[in-house]
Amino acid sequence: MAFTAPLATARSATDIPTGRLATWWVVVSEIVIFGGLVVCYIMFRLHHTDWAEHASHTSTTAGAFNTFVLLTSSLFIVLAHQAASARDLKKAFRYIWFTIGGGCIFLVVKSIEWTNEISHGYTLFTNNFWSFYYVTTGLHGLHVIAGMVIMAIISIGVKKGEHLPRVEYIGIYWHFVDIVWLFLFPLFYIAK
Amino acid sequence: MTMAESTAATESSHEVHHHKEPDFWSKYVFSTDHKMIGMQYMFTGIVMALIGGYMAYVFRMQLAYPGEHVPGFGTVTPLAYNSLITNHGAIMIFWVAMPILIAALGNFLIPLMIGCDDMVFPRINRLSYQIFLISVIVLISSFFVPGGGFGGAWTAYPPLSAQSQYNLTPFGAPLWLLAVALEFVAFLLGGINFITTTMNARAKGMKMYDIPIMVWMIVIASLLFMASVGPLIAGAVMLLFDQTLGTTFYNPENGGDPVLWQHLFWFFGHPEVYVVLLPAMGAVAEVICVFSRKKLFAYKTILYTTFATGILSFFVWAHHQFIAGIDPRMAHVFTVTTVIISIPIAEMLFCYIATLFGGSIELRTPMLFALAFLAEFLIGGVTGIYLGSSGMDIYFHDTYFVLAHFHYTFFPIAIIGFFTSIYYWFPKMFGRMMNETWGKIHFWGTIIPFNCIFLPLFVLGMAGQHRRIYNFKNFPDLATPDLHNLRIFATWSAVVMLVFQIPFMINFMVSIFRGKKAGKNPWKANTLEWTAPSPPPHGNFKELPVVYRPPYEYSVPGREKDYWPQNEPN
Amino acid sequence: MSQEHAHPNYIKIWAILTFLLFVSIVGPMAGIQAVTLITAFGIAVVKAAMVGAYFMHLNIEKRYVWYMLFTALIFLGLFFFGTSPDVLKAEGTNWVNPSPEQAHAETDGGGSHH
Ligand code: HEM
Ligand SMILES: [Cu+2]
Repeated sequence: MAFTAPLATARSATDIPTGRLATWWVVVSEIVIFGGLVVCYIMFRLHHTDWAEHASHTSTTAGAFNTFVLLTSSLFIVLAHQAASARDLKKAFRYIWFTIGGGCIFLVVKSIEWTNEISHGYTLFTNNFWSFYYVTTGLHGLHVIAGMVIMAIISIGVKKGEHLPRVEYIGIYWHFVDIVWLFLFPLFYIAK
Repeated sequence: MTMAESTAATESSHEVHHHKEPDFWSKYVFSTDHKMIGMQYMFTGIVMALIGGYMAYVFRMQLAYPGEHVPGFGTVTPLAYNSLITNHGAIMIFWVAMPILIAALGNFLIPLMIGCDDMVFPRINRLSYQIFLISVIVLISSFFVPGGGFGGAWTAYPPLSAQSQYNLTPFGAPLWLLAVALEFVAFLLGGINFITTTMNARAKGMKMYDIPIMVWMIVIASLLFMASVGPLIAGAVMLLFDQTLGTTFYNPENGGDPVLWQHLFWFFGHPEVYVVLLPAMGAVAEVICVFSRKKLFAYKTILYTTFATGILSFFVWAHHQFIAGIDPRMAHVFTVTTVIISIPIAEMLFCYIATLFGGSIELRTPMLFALAFLAEFLIGGVTGIYLGSSGMDIYFHDTYFVLAHFHYTFFPIAIIGFFTSIYYWFPKMFGRMMNETWGKIHFWGTIIPFNCIFLPLFVLGMAGQHRRIYNFKNFPDLATPDLHNLRIFATWSAVVMLVFQIPFMINFMVSIFRGKKAGKNPWKANTLEWTAPSPPPHGNFKELPVVYRPPYEYSVPGREKDYWPQNEPN
Repeated sequence: MSQEHAHPNYIKIWAILTFLLFVSIVGPMAGIQAVTLITAFGIAVVKAAMVGAYFMHLNIEKRYVWYMLFTALIFLGLFFFGTSPDVLKAEGTNWVNPSPEQAHAETDGGGSHH
């Protein structure tokens, strides 16, 4: 049975389109999830002053490069949104895939980093610093992957000119994932 | 054309669709209709309540007759006892109170009460139920893995919960945690739907203060849930890693901190009690207005108070940890905030009582349950103030006094609140009335035994009886005949109460098929759900309603009828 | 649709962000802790605010969306302040009560004092 959206979806008593409003709520709920993890990490970090030594074994170069990659991919997805609202479907489609490409590069760099660290003996079990490092960046990585999958699905619609506002919604989510990284970067890489 | 105008245009040209009769699967199993999803949540919740009730029966029998054969279960081993109390608590809170009060009522009522045809994201709604169902399956299967179900208490404190050499359930513990985490995801998805729907999809003309209290309560509860559960989800991931992989987030030997989990748990856990409380308060508000034919006293005050309570509920969590070795200065702070939070709750109860004052009260079954809610919850709240004082809590913590306290809050919420709602909205859900006489028998058969169970437990708690003990015969101080007779009395009261649920179930099932036809508005109520046919068809309303006034205009002077539906122009 | 808003020059914002990233890496190289904290975390906040304002369009979004997000952060701060007195002080011995032993030690060693 084909699904028809209810009239409720099109209503907008707040003047914010329903999809975007829901995206904001998703972001709120994600803020407390990531935030909870980060707050736990910060408390441990302040308590265990010896963690600075461990933090110096993460690669600032790789972290910085990945920050750059994510910032650039954020630029691409906002350009995709701009193109989509101008109904330039081809351009929107292209920028979405540039963003996905950015996500790929991010993940590749991340996995090289992990391999490097594990081969130097810094694993999930070395101590709680490394446990936090792997759990937090791993959770972030899962969000990157989820974002890429959703973008790929949305891009199909964009090609047909359907559901264009979704480009904006996934953009908001992607920027959020970017912002999370903006904080993980100093927390795990710079502060020593 | 702005968004709002374009919707108005499409809505006015909207005609009632004549759907083909959908097949069984898409109608009952994979439905996206909010009412069907609400029913799915409700029936799953009822089944879980039966499982949780059965567990309570088994461990109460063990406490009254330690070591003896329990009819319908067998002999209770210490490990089984731990698992039974753990899963009883977890089931009643996460798989009964949450799905029934928030998910079932929220799904069924929100679109109807705000006058739209469905949730704004019906498919996410369906996904939410499906994830919830998976969490149920994971939980139930965790009882049957080697080692049995998790037995580290519903609060899952490490190191007991984190290391299988302590809890002896290497598979049960992670599965339990996974089930809880899945359940959280399901309710996050559901909550986002509730909030967005209420914010955006209200009927034309329905302004902020025209929203029924029930809807407000569910939305505020969803907000509280969303804001409090995040850190615990992160904490649950950490605990899962500790359990299954051997990380040491909560293990002090390697620099971890078990008290961190307690903070994470109660930072969620205390707001959670308000998450389930608020929808019950909402249902009670609707019922007392209708059955005393009076306007809700101080609608706005109740609303603001609810917001205040919600915010305050984030400031009290460490009152559960007074003797966990927390910083004593923080214990002071949390004592003060805990005592403060009883003020807004009391204020709400006063507003409800003021609503009753001078009304023409009609003691139908839903009204009886609503009044019982006020009375019983009051006892729960008052005993909470004792526990909130950190000095007294040194003695009371983890005794049956605490247990009785929170059962005097949770039972009114999860059970009495549920019965209030089901007796009240049954006509809307199934188009027929439930039997009044049997309803009243069920009411007294539930309320009297309830008090007989838990009042003695206050006494036992004050005598020093600790929670989570397998066999009190091992403690000479507690094995005296006086105290033991109280235990036996409580156990038999529980059995009586469970037996009195049978008339309810029969009444429920028979009324679905044979009850008197209800018509649209059997209670002569104002809110929008009563303007839809009973049961409402797919799409709910023949014509989407427009709202002209607040929801509680009962007995307005100068009007012939003593009610004034929200959608009547005059 | 409401996304027919004017689009700012995104490339320019991206360039500023990249420049800030550069500063946040160079700053800590000075090795002064205060500078590290300000450049690393201060700039992270600025970058996040810029991404939020211009890329997520919070600058032209309804005001309360901003409040929504901020409320979530406040709750996190609350959690930090309620929890840190324990976690920051914990030597993994929250449940050990040292005072009886201390009292004991003091009575024992009372004679040898001064
Ligand atoms: C008037 C407001 C309330 C106050 C002042 C209050 C206070 C407390 C305190 C201080 C404790 C901890 C006692 C201890 O463990 O030693 C406690 C336990 C508990 N309360 Fe309340 N409470 C209130 C309302 C509620 C409500 C509305 C609910 C449920 C809906 C509730 C459910 C619980 C539960 C489940 C526990 C025990 C958790 C456990 O240890 O397993 N309380 N309460
Ligand atoms: Cu509490």
